[in-house]
Amino acid sequence: MKNIILKNIENPNSHRIEEYIKAGGYFALEHAVNEMTPRDIIDDIKKSGLRGRGGAGFSTGMKWQFASLDPKFPKYIVCNADEGEPGTFKDRVILEKNPHQLIEGMVITAYALQSVRGYIYLRAEYPHVEKILNDAIQEAYAKGFLGNDIMSRHFRFNLSVHRGAGAYICGEETALINSLEGRRGDPRVKPPFPVNSGAWSKPTIVNNVETYANIPYIVETSPKAYSFLGTRDAPGTKLFCVSGAVKNPGVFELQLGTPLREIIYDHCGGIRNGRALKGIIPGGLSTSILTPDMIDCPMDFANLARHGSMLGSGAVIVLDDTMCIVKIYERAMRFFEHESCGKCTPCREGTGWMRTILRRIEDGMADMEDLATLEDVAHNVAGKTFCPLGEGAAQVLLSAMKRYRGEFEYHVKYKKCEVTDPSLRWGHMSMDELD
Amino acid sequence: METSTSQSTADALDKGGILKNKIKVLKKMYPHTRSVLLPALHAAQQLYGWLSEDAIEQVSRLTGVTTADVKGVVTFYSLFKTKPLGRHVIYLCTNVACLIMGADTLEEYLGKTYGISHGETSADGRFSLVIMECIGACDKAPAMLVNDDCHFNISMDNIQQIMESYR
Repeated sequence: MKNIILKNIENPNSHRIEEYIKAGGYFALEHAVNEMTPRDIIDDIKKSGLRGRGGAGFSTGMKWQFASLDPKFPKYIVCNADEGEPGTFKDRVILEKNPHQLIEGMVITAYALQSVRGYIYLRAEYPHVEKILNDAIQEAYAKGFLGNDIMSRHFRFNLSVHRGAGAYICGEETALINSLEGRRGDPRVKPPFPVNSGAWSKPTIVNNVETYANIPYIVETSPKAYSFLGTRDAPGTKLFCVSGAVKNPGVFELQLGTPLREIIYDHCGGIRNGRALKGIIPGGLSTSILTPDMIDCPMDFANLARHGSMLGSGAVIVLDDTMCIVKIYERAMRFFEHESCGKCTPCREGTGWMRTILRRIEDGMADMEDLATLEDVAHNVAGKTFCPLGEGAAQVLLSAMKRYRGEFEYHVKYKKCEVTDPSLRWGHMSMDELD
Repeated sequence: METSTSQSTADALDKGGILKNKIKVLKKMYPHTRSVLLPALHAAQQLYGWLSEDAIEQVSRLTGVTTADVKGVVTFYSLFKTKPLGRHVIYLCTNVACLIMGADTLEEYLGKTYGISHGETSADGRFSLVIMECIGACDKAPAMLVNDDCHFNISMDNIQQIMESYR
């Protein structure tokens, strides 16, 4: 299959503008500004069926149309490069190896929305990427793909990088906008949605890095060609980033709807050290865990929802039988507690209580009543939080407790972990080496 | 009286006006001055190593955002430092993808060897440890940053060697 996003990345200089142009880069932008109206582009993106790659999977074309129909000016184009969902490292590849495809996608978006200003919101955990992006932006200015007279068409668009400072919640679009405006990254109430009232109360498009990287391909081929890829409901390719207990972890560009089995066994070489598969977290830490019998699930929005989970960011974390579910979710809850912004009570208090009880279970200090309390707390968080962070925290715990009930009960009953053999613990490392 | 003292110490911090000029340039990036706050804090942190009361005071005056508001922002984000850290800062990821590949063992090793846990600095001021939430290198787990350098696939076999390269 043809790679759209990871094309040319074997080239060690793929991040340079000359190499990108040699591989056909910026042709789509030229085609767009010379032969298409902004409306043509929005219609094409809508027809292509492209859905946001950040996790929610909302139709990109619809989002653009909403912003386009709002009469307020100026409009802002923002790229969400905050990639904070644990297990996710797909955008990093685009940012490091193919930054010009992101820039080209953003400039085409700016033309379609008649926007004059854009920002790339980059997470602070990628210090080296800031330089790569700034260099790429400078190259694009020098070639006239950015600036005040793009391609001599009296089209103006300026772009810069805005660095975050380490907050997972800033991946949520309204929190990201607050952070861009120089505030604490608290999420805002919706509506109004950012497409009507986003950055500085102006219509704002916030799209994921991977979403923007898809735009040039759709514009230079056709929406039809794009919708041939993937499934009917979810067209196109997706970057899947696989980590954990597989032989060959990494980023793979595959069609949406590729079965999980094919990803794990064909592309990643199967489970490492000859161990057995125990579970799969299919779309980043805030998506519900799948059991081994669900391995034939096609990786797209609808099929994962059918299994009670989500495509999320396409971050697949593979667990083998040496790994303890209780310990994993205790760590996960510590993450959610730490990253909760504290704005709403169910999330702020609930994540803390869930983590405390999970710690007690992991330490062998819990009784059966604790399991019931834990479930009760989770049920009182789910559906009652301001933004998806707390919701995700409760849902993933509830599904783990349902699907791996025996393991939770074993911990409570025997005050220890089912995975007891220390040589099996966490793969290759043993604590004995410490002494 | 107190205000003027704190103003003068804050002024003394930015003697050459380096930060002032930096913030002036950064302000041009945004339609509203307020938005310069995050880049301004990054610039101050890079210049002084951490964000002291004086540094916060100074950023507050250069951006026109109240000190209380600046403090609120500083404490929200985990990568703004409100106390001085060691010569080298270890950002160790212990989130799930790194944990299942042994990050907890590395955390224990750093604790035993240098006597540091999250947020602490070793007695000789050489290392500080900051526990991170996913640094996006899950395929090469466990991973950590030391200052701005990425280190991947760390194990008990190579961690000592990595640490030795930072004196």
